[in-house]
Amino acid sequence: MKKLWTFKGGLKLPGFKKISNPASVNKIPIPDNIILPLRQHIGEPAEPIVDVGDQVYKGQPVAISKSLISASVHASTSGIVTDIGKYTIPHQSGVSEMCIVIKTDQKDQWHPNIESNLDPDNLDTEELCARIREAGIVGLGGAVFPSAVKLKATRQIDTLIINGAECEPYITCDDALMQNRADDVVQGILLLRRLLNPAECIIAIEDNKPQAIDALQVSIKKFKEKGIGSVAAIDVIPIPTIFPTGGEKQLIKVLTGKEVPRNGLPYEVGVICLNVGTSAAIRNAIYEGIPLVSRYVTVTGVMVQRPANFEVLIGTPVQDVIKAAGGEKSDRYEIIMGGPMMGQLLPHQQIPVVKATNCILVQDIKSENEANVMPCIRCGSCASACPMSLLPQQLYWYAKEKSFQKLQHYNLSDCIECGCCAVVCPSRIPLVQYFRFAKSEQREHEFKTKLSEQSRIRAQMRDFRLERIKREQQERKARRKAERLKKKAASDKASKPLADKELSAG
Amino acid sequence: MAILILTLLALIFGIALGYFAIRFRVEGDPVVEQIDALLPQTQCAQCGFPGCRPYAEAIATQNAEINQCPPGGDDGIKAIADLLGREVVPLNPDNGTANDNLRMVAVINEETCIGCTKCVQVCPVDAIVGAAKQKHNVIDEYCTGCELCIPPLCPVEDCIQMQPVEVTISNWKWSLPVQPNKESVA
Repeated sequence: MKKLWTFKGGLKLPGFKKISNPASVNKIPIPDNIILPLRQHIGEPAEPIVDVGDQVYKGQPVAISKSLISASVHASTSGIVTDIGKYTIPHQSGVSEMCIVIKTDQKDQWHPNIESNLDPDNLDTEELCARIREAGIVGLGGAVFPSAVKLKATRQIDTLIINGAECEPYITCDDALMQNRADDVVQGILLLRRLLNPAECIIAIEDNKPQAIDALQVSIKKFKEKGIGSVAAIDVIPIPTIFPTGGEKQLIKVLTGKEVPRNGLPYEVGVICLNVGTSAAIRNAIYEGIPLVSRYVTVTGVMVQRPANFEVLIGTPVQDVIKAAGGEKSDRYEIIMGGPMMGQLLPHQQIPVVKATNCILVQDIKSENEANVMPCIRCGSCASACPMSLLPQQLYWYAKEKSFQKLQHYNLSDCIECGCCAVVCPSRIPLVQYFRFAKSEQREHEFKTKLSEQSRIRAQMRDFRLERIKREQQERKARRKAERLKKKAASDKASKPLADKELSAG
Repeated sequence: MAILILTLLALIFGIALGYFAIRFRVEGDPVVEQIDALLPQTQCAQCGFPGCRPYAEAIATQNAEINQCPPGGDDGIKAIADLLGREVVPLNPDNGTANDNLRMVAVINEETCIGCTKCVQVCPVDAIVGAAKQKHNVIDEYCTGCELCIPPLCPVEDCIQMQPVEVTISNWKWSLPVQPNKESVA
């Protein structure tokens, strides 16, 4: 039995996972329109390579990554591009970004270039990485960092962690994936092992998902019987169900006892962490040549008719997904993309499912009594719940005051916005909202400081230039005057003998 | 004897002081530098001085009040008051009003620009490019929003306008949550 560590804080939360049965996954009808944001990942947006009016096929790249940290976007079904413009993206702000809109033709026709049996066992690591990049694969656990960039890390990797923790309440899409596509997950891990060559390889699953643990163990056994010896190195490890154990830093602590340094990345402590969904997507890209065009999404919550897991095409509007789940129960609801702890409230239903979307939660609107905020009584519950060992009550005061130095001193930037502090707060203070507010204020402050520093230099340079021009003008003037004088003196000299003569003559 | 020792000491310290004054000489007035660092560097001249640095010099020599900088706003006044150990005073309305909202930048309408170069010459941070009888344009990442270039300087009525910077996910801001209900305490 592997030794496990614990991380400080965290909460045992009610799961609500049975609501959306993870044992089966449903298909949903192809929507009329697909909206594909060009930035569904961390980094630079992809650049469109199709025009309005073009016919596109399923799996065809419609926007490609040009910079290092970026990911391509593919048409998730066949149809005609009707618009390339700004549409609301799934983000709390409700801002719009560039999207490609495809009017679907319901044929779901694959692009002819998509071919399976690419002989994956003979691909070298360079080629594997290139294909993962071309397939537009990003971390599907929520951070959506381009996977190919992550896998290129040059340092020696001791531990490869496949994250199947899924610690947020309500969400079961990773559970559904592990139960229904265990073989794909394992094959993906074998590819990752070839790429990274780690000493150990762990699939971490919270112990509230025994079916998923079983499914993966059965799959590993099956591969072993088939004579694929390398699967023996994969360990399926059940971990205690404590939110947010699925957070990258928390999971690494639980499994290895190592702590990722501040502002650091896991590979600095010899660990790489990938979501189970990412592993399955990598398998599909390498074995079948299929880019990231769909994902499992949990539709759940008390206000939805038939909660379930669905395989959803990327770009499907939320409205169509909820419709497939039977629609809303009444009109007093709110839609959250993600889980109840860290998800984002959606302003409307025309927002598309993106690569990061793991859950659509249709909730009852919180009653006013529940939202009644009381003053902080300094009980310290938030500090003991914080999984990052921060002091939320202090951060709360400084966030209100916008004391940027203090916030930095109390390590606001380490906050992962998990929401544990807000859940335990007896005064119901929306602490995470304060921290998000403070983070965006801090970002703006940094931007302003940078801008003012730049302006100072530019203004100074302009002054120097104006002074130089003035000086040069004066010098020119002086030079001209000197030349004039010299000329005059010369002409005087030339005329002087004459004058003398004249004088003598006179 | 005592006189001799004291004279000797005075001589030694005098030499030391003279040496350190040269060795650790501070260029310029450090207070001006510190005040200048707190000013927003908009170079808008709303304070009545030609730029941020002249205003900083004026504050340092007590020729100007600390509440004459509208872009710095109340936060800026507070920062300067803290530095100089002065009272915090409200912004002088004669100098203008603070704009805490969105960052504004100048935008030139290329259709109506006549290429007079007036704005190019006045821009304190060289954020406008253009030559005589050529269309001008603003490099918005350098624009401080000082409003020196807008009419009446610009001779064309609908050419240069101040516009808010577009909101994207990288500059969008969360709002401050609703404050605790004071009545519920009582």
